[in-house]
Amino acid sequence: MTVTVVNAIWQGLIILFGGTLLGMVYKGLDRKLAAQMQSRIGPPIRQPFYDVVKLMVKENVVPDHAIGWLYNLMPIVSLVAVATLLFYVPLGGFSPLLGGYGDLILILYLLAVPSLAMMVGGFAAGSPYATVGAQREMVMMMAYEFPLAVTLVSLAWRLSTFLPGAHVFSLSVIAANPLWGLVGPLGIIGLVLLFAALLVVTPAELTKIPFDIPEAETEIAGGLLAEYSGRNLAMFYIADAIKMVVMGSLTVALFFPYGLANVFGLAGAGGTILDVAFFLVKVFAVIFTAVIVVRVGFARLKIAQATRFFWLPVTGASLLGLVLLALDRLV
Amino acid sequence: MNNESISLHIGSDAACYTVPIGPVHPALKEPIRFDFRLAGERIVGVDIKPGFAHRGIEYMAMKRNLIQVLYLSERICGICSISHPLALTQAVENAAGIEVPPRAQYIRTIIGELERIHSHLLWAGVGAHELGFDTLLHLTWKVREKSMDLLEQLTGNRVDYAIPIFGGVRRDIPAEKAPLAVEALSYYKGLLQQMIDAFLHDKSVELRTRGIGALTYDQAVSLCAAGPVARAAGVRKDVRQDMPYLAYADLEIKAITPQEYGVEPTGDVYDNIIVRLLEVGQSIEIIEFCLENMPQGELTSIPKVAALLATLKKADGEGIGRHEAPRGEVFHYIRLEEGREEPAAWKVKAPTYSNLMSWVPKFLGNEVADIPIIAASIDPCMCCMDRVHFVDSMGTETTAVKDELVRLSREKTRRVLG
Repeated sequence: MTVTVVNAIWQGLIILFGGTLLGMVYKGLDRKLAAQMQSRIGPPIRQPFYDVVKLMVKENVVPDHAIGWLYNLMPIVSLVAVATLLFYVPLGGFSPLLGGYGDLILILYLLAVPSLAMMVGGFAAGSPYATVGAQREMVMMMAYEFPLAVTLVSLAWRLSTFLPGAHVFSLSVIAANPLWGLVGPLGIIGLVLLFAALLVVTPAELTKIPFDIPEAETEIAGGLLAEYSGRNLAMFYIADAIKMVVMGSLTVALFFPYGLANVFGLAGAGGTILDVAFFLVKVFAVIFTAVIVVRVGFARLKIAQATRFFWLPVTGASLLGLVLLALDRLV
Repeated sequence: MNNESISLHIGSDAACYTVPIGPVHPALKEPIRFDFRLAGERIVGVDIKPGFAHRGIEYMAMKRNLIQVLYLSERICGICSISHPLALTQAVENAAGIEVPPRAQYIRTIIGELERIHSHLLWAGVGAHELGFDTLLHLTWKVREKSMDLLEQLTGNRVDYAIPIFGGVRRDIPAEKAPLAVEALSYYKGLLQQMIDAFLHDKSVELRTRGIGALTYDQAVSLCAAGPVARAAGVRKDVRQDMPYLAYADLEIKAITPQEYGVEPTGDVYDNIIVRLLEVGQSIEIIEFCLENMPQGELTSIPKVAALLATLKKADGEGIGRHEAPRGEVFHYIRLEEGREEPAAWKVKAPTYSNLMSWVPKFLGNEVADIPIIAASIDPCMCCMDRVHFVDSMGTETTAVKDELVRLSREKTRRVLG
């Protein structure tokens, strides 16, 4: 018993440390690559680390009009929620640490927590910019949560038809049984649609252009984060980095859980290293497609335009994906 | 602002809240203050408070001789750093009756049009940034560098070119430097269509600019809008067309409106982009014409600075100078008195002053998200425009309304006229 607990603790620490490190490196890559695509030189890849260190030594300003305790609590809530998420998504081909204690539905809720925390923090800041930002965040969540939920539930439902009795909402089960090989041609089209919907939701979930509407630097001066500084801002910053890893890993676990070790017939440490490396590449590929390229290629949408976009085409695509998966079962 | 067609507010004021934008805000490149009344995300009222960048330039001029004033005028605005000297030299030449040789007129035109190219590209980049489209910002500004490089090769400076002098220009564009200009122009000719595609055929840019910040023809006329802002609303108004000066008299300049692009003018941000991009093309043609048809001859009618100063000191009278700056008409008035090296009066009207009021109809009814791009759409230059800032002896800021301002200006006119 003690051994398991000790094991869980050091594994947890590794995951936390590794996840944060990975998120920061991906953030650095994001900035560097975006800069290159915009024909700029860009900051060094380790810039996010400099940023966090700098923020940590800066003064932590609480505005006079803010509700202090709420304002200071929200960055912690946000960070804790995303850190918890790291224990529920499969990283590097391993089963999630807390896989037995929660499933896809819990992940869905935990994903909403950082956004909610930022929203509450924004309202608590007592600044008009933050208030506008918080209102926008609320609308954005209403817009993208539905297609996200449809996508996740569709996958689990289709899996349940193949594995009756299995715990299909568990990410380990989903990752162990990729649907691509199980469904027919109609199902493949359905899966592609669901995958596309998830890719489109990713930048909204991460508040990146064209869906960075709640932060919109040129409009509302950073919106939700307008008043945050120092340690609090650093926590939001790290939470954002980890969330990027989580969204990437979630997409990989749902749609591309394949490893390379079996392909090359590698076993043991060699296989594990290869799989972890391949996993990192896959997560990066997801971030590159869903975040970096998108944020370089588009202007920021307005809140009404973004909402219409998520409610009509994206929700439509995810529902169509569900219908196709259902039809695939009948054929 | 009690004009019937334009009001500061629309709808009822219930359930509205005020959001201040400025004087320091990421959407603003220079200080100005907007107080927006918002119903949700919709703008139902706006109050504009300029005056944060007042530097007392006109007063400074009263302490300097006219040649020093010329250099001072370059520093009214970093972007229009040839437009103000062009208007001032015309005003002074007008007042003192100095002739400008044809070659000098052509050189002034070339530099003025190069400035239009870099200013419009700068604006387009800023506009893209306000839309959250930083890629377009960086690419546009990279392209802009070519015109800055050319200006540096021709004049020695990226800004503040120090080219015009009363009676001519200070530097020639020698024949061996012409190929540099030709090369830069062909670079822009090749890129212009690409830029039009990137701005006007991009779906996300279109979503953010079509129908945003519209200004009708009547509003543009009644609010005396100038430059691209007026032309985007369909008003065919351009100093180069209406009162040709310099080399423009030898050219058939036509004011560019969105109709040239086959679009019915609405004065929205999209139309502003059309007008400015097409004007880059127009400027390229003007510079090409000037390079090909540059007359030979003197650079200036009074080459010696001492002689020039003496002539100016003897001059007595008043003159005006107008120039179509990239942002619209810039107007200079000057009064010279015999025996004085300093101007007796100097009045500068920058284009932003003319376009300031068109902000109100442009903002009303739009959303918070549109504020940055609408603010940028008139290409504002606060430090060109700010003329006055009321602060009482206790350091408290006060606001002067129309009646007070009229009384003060009448008093000043009487004082100046003696």
